[in-house]
Amino acid sequence: MAKLLIRNGHVIDPANGVDRVTDVLLANGIVRAVGENLPARGAEELDATGKIVTPGFIDMHVHLREPGFESSETIETGGRCAAVGGFTSIACMPNTKPVNDTAHLTRYILERARNVTKVNVFPIGAITKGSAGEELASIGAMKEAGAVAISDDGRPVMNSRVMRRAMEIAASFNIPVIDHCEDLNLSAGGDMNESETSIRLGLRGIPACSEDVMVARDLLLVEVTGARFHVAHLSTRNAMAMVAEAKRRGLPVTCEVTPHHFALHDAEILPYDSNYRMKPPIRCNHDLEAMVEGIKHGVVDAIATDHAPHSVTDKMQEFERCPFGILGLETAIAVTLERLVHPGHISVARMVELFTTGPARILGLNRGALTPGLPGDVTILDLNDSWTYEVAKTASKSRNSPFDGHTYRGRATATIVAGEVIWRA
Amino acid sequence: MAVGLLDIEALDRSEIEELLERAKEFQPVAKQGKRLHLLEGRMIVNLFFEASTRTRISFEIAAKRLGADAISISNQGSSVSKGETLLDTVNTLRAMRPDAIVMRHAASGAPHFLARHMDIPIINAGDGQHEHPTQALLDARTILDNRPSLEGLRVAIIGDILHSRVARSNIHLLSKFGVEIVLCGPAPLVPQGLAAMAPGVSITHSLKEALEGTDIVMMLRVQLERQNETNFPSGEYFRFYGLRPEALAMAKPDAIVMHPGPMNRGREISTEVADSSRSVILSQVENGIAVRMAVLEKVLTKVPA
Repeated sequence: MAKLLIRNGHVIDPANGVDRVTDVLLANGIVRAVGENLPARGAEELDATGKIVTPGFIDMHVHLREPGFESSETIETGGRCAAVGGFTSIACMPNTKPVNDTAHLTRYILERARNVTKVNVFPIGAITKGSAGEELASIGAMKEAGAVAISDDGRPVMNSRVMRRAMEIAASFNIPVIDHCEDLNLSAGGDMNESETSIRLGLRGIPACSEDVMVARDLLLVEVTGARFHVAHLSTRNAMAMVAEAKRRGLPVTCEVTPHHFALHDAEILPYDSNYRMKPPIRCNHDLEAMVEGIKHGVVDAIATDHAPHSVTDKMQEFERCPFGILGLETAIAVTLERLVHPGHISVARMVELFTTGPARILGLNRGALTPGLPGDVTILDLNDSWTYEVAKTASKSRNSPFDGHTYRGRATATIVAGEVIWRA
Repeated sequence: MAVGLLDIEALDRSEIEELLERAKEFQPVAKQGKRLHLLEGRMIVNLFFEASTRTRISFEIAAKRLGADAISISNQGSSVSKGETLLDTVNTLRAMRPDAIVMRHAASGAPHFLARHMDIPIINAGDGQHEHPTQALLDARTILDNRPSLEGLRVAIIGDILHSRVARSNIHLLSKFGVEIVLCGPAPLVPQGLAAMAPGVSITHSLKEALEGTDIVMMLRVQLERQNETNFPSGEYFRFYGLRPEALAMAKPDAIVMHPGPMNRGREISTEVADSSRSVILSQVENGIAVRMAVLEKVLTKVPA
């Protein structure tokens, strides 16, 4: 069987406390050994001298658009973006057409993924049928079929009673609940973050309090239900403070932050450019600073991209008519290095946690570490490679990125899934 | 990107002064209905995606007074209402080689979006809640017809500032000339963040505070019925923010009253005030033609014929 020996890389495996130059041997799709001078014994060798070798990166929040919106992305093209971006595993949100609200659809996505991509795909099921916010979806059956979490991402459950029941069911099936926290009445019709910038541009505001109110509600419901609860793409200072407080009190609460929310603030966005249009919106500088602080101090459990492809046609419109969302898989590592690691806010090891053990723990995946016996998923990073992101060359079917043309230092140079190199720079 | 006129914010003071001076020279032409030949053989397309009478007609007349051809297209009965994208619509028009496009659109930033993707000059005739640059220019022209200069004036802008493109353009323009600008209206319609838009802007929710010592009173059209949300208790607006003679008495004795139209008599302004000698509302309409002549001339003479 195929064996791959990764030689001489700086292995950073936070779960096992490894942070040194050593070798990693993958065989039969799993991690066989980590240690110095491992014998090749017929294994293919990959020289990782000068590189960082880590457990395979996991993006717990992507939109693959299939089934239903294949003109924007497919499982295949989204999987390719993941590989290019250094991700070995991705969890896909259920807002497809139809919505993934049944075991049947969950199985369909898993089956498609097996056929079209080598990246591990983990479906997230809907909380409510059609994500309409009324009747609960088949939560238990989806979990049995392979769903790793439930979420009505993009169409948050507004009815607090429905959310409470969903959390009770989720707790009983031990599946985490992920919420896109947005009070749709407070944000109604909003185009961008409510601030002096939205006022100046004459765009309707999405106030930070529309996120805060929902985070507060959900945390109160967690206290009642005991559900494992995860805040998706947290973006405000107050929400960060509330999650920190909930954690301090021992509630089973986690959160993720996207690269664009710790990289951009609303005073520097290009006016009326739909590549800066997403939910939650790019917030104020004080929110950005709170994201960085939350990541530094361990409040944040994962960095997730919210990779949200939209076709060029959909994004080439008047700003207020464009759909929300931007690409993220191919730029996440570079933006994280640029904004968090190179300036010294966090160590490389902490970055690795945020992309591996963090999301693995939230979703209950038996991955994110180079423990012998675990799946042989590895990401190899070059922290100094200078490169320019050109969205025209993206693996995605869409082109909606605010990071086009930006030159970065560092990226993934190889993505390895189950012992097989699926992408190399 | 071709040079058009997208907003007042990007203009500097001397560019504004130049336009206002030129508009003054055009005033007699505009009044007498003469036709000049400055833009002979040039074509201007007025593309109105949102209903407008006075602005569209004013641009048409301005173009014709300069000798240009003006063609107006509105959303009814054109491909605009057939689901074509904005970019496709404008690209199609561009293929017919107009020299400039005058555009009114309900989406803030729609002209900015187009200007990024095409090379024809675009003149913004009002974009959503963002800016209405020629309105601010004609307002400034009207003020200067009544006052020696803008410096040192106190201007109160009253009404739904949050949703008003007229207010935004006026704030930018007046601020560049050191005007003291007081914004007044119900709190949800006059958020504190407006004060950061430009130097010299302050906010009050009291009509009395806004009007005291004011030289110029700019009223805005209030469309409470269209907002479909609870921005202000219905039925209370005129009582607290309507401009009646007793309210106007709090302003300077020679204060003038302006309104971009169309007016809601009895909603934001009383008939007595609207029709009083203090009202310069019809002068604003007249100045619209002169100012738009100056804008068209400036934009088109920068473009090779």
